[in-house]
Amino acid sequence: MKVLCNGEAQEIDPGIMVADYLGQLGLDALSLVVECDGQILTREEYSSHELKDGSVLELIRFVGGG
Amino acid sequence: MLTIAGRKFRSRLFGGTGKFSSPEIMQEALAASGCEMVTVALRRVDLNNPADDIMRVLDRNRYLFLPNTSGARDAGEAIRLAHLARVSGGGEWLKLEVTPDPRTLLPDPIETLKATEELVREGFKVLPYINADPILALRLQDAGAVAVMPLGSPIGTNQGVLTRFQIEIIIAQAQIPVIVDAGLGAPSHVAEAMEMGADAVLVNTAIAVAGDPVRMARAFAMAVEAGRIAYEAGLGAVNKDAAPSSPEDGLGFLR
Repeated sequence: MKVLCNGEAQEIDPGIMVADYLGQLGLDALSLVVECDGQILTREEYSSHELKDGSVLELIRFVGGG
Repeated sequence: MLTIAGRKFRSRLFGGTGKFSSPEIMQEALAASGCEMVTVALRRVDLNNPADDIMRVLDRNRYLFLPNTSGARDAGEAIRLAHLARVSGGGEWLKLEVTPDPRTLLPDPIETLKATEELVREGFKVLPYINADPILALRLQDAGAVAVMPLGSPIGTNQGVLTRFQIEIIIAQAQIPVIVDAGLGAPSHVAEAMEMGADAVLVNTAIAVAGDPVRMARAFAMAVEAGRIAYEAGLGAVNKDAAPSSPEDGLGFLR
């Protein structure tokens, strides 16, 4: 199945949780915030929030800015 | 000492974290500036470079983070960014920026006021970035903004304080701190703003793109301090006509 992550179509395994998906991408879960289908997830939800086919994910973090 | 929303700041220079050539130079320049609050932006994670994380060089015990809503073009986008900033661990502090026109990056006053009203209700400490409009500054103060950030000149232009007349009125009227932001391109510009009585200034581009950002940060810190001391010391009046500095009496021996 597929999700749209930061605007890119990505193939994922069925039944995968957000926390596992972040791990696959090599991302430190503490360094970012996840918005899934327009809803901001708390860090506690990462391990229990299952990705669904067609989910739209935004992975956002702090960057340099003025 | 400067107090914003109950928090005390020894330094009246706030730093930006954009445009530095490397995280290490940014870290060193911020240290040299003496600033205690730094702005950060929110953007998508670069999936091809997952380790690229500014937070690894920014010490959160040393700096208060002021997440901005840069990139927002209306109140709704700014509020969405504010919510993401809060969950990212940015706390309640927020530099509210709503800039619909990418060419001028001038802020939208109506959307900024709308977003301020909503975000204050939600418990954010809102510091709106505004054009130097004295009436808008008062409206934002009434809406619960904890400071206002009028622009000296457009973002990233290094043109200095082009809005002097309006900023003087804002400073005279505001009951909340006035932080001159944007366009301050040289230490003399921040000295001017501080001499006028601004409570603080925010500088990013001018330090980040300097030939030596670390030394430039130090120069800006000194100028902020000089300008503040001059303001507190009380500047002499500006006069149209010349007035001699030396005594006019006692010249009888010459003629």
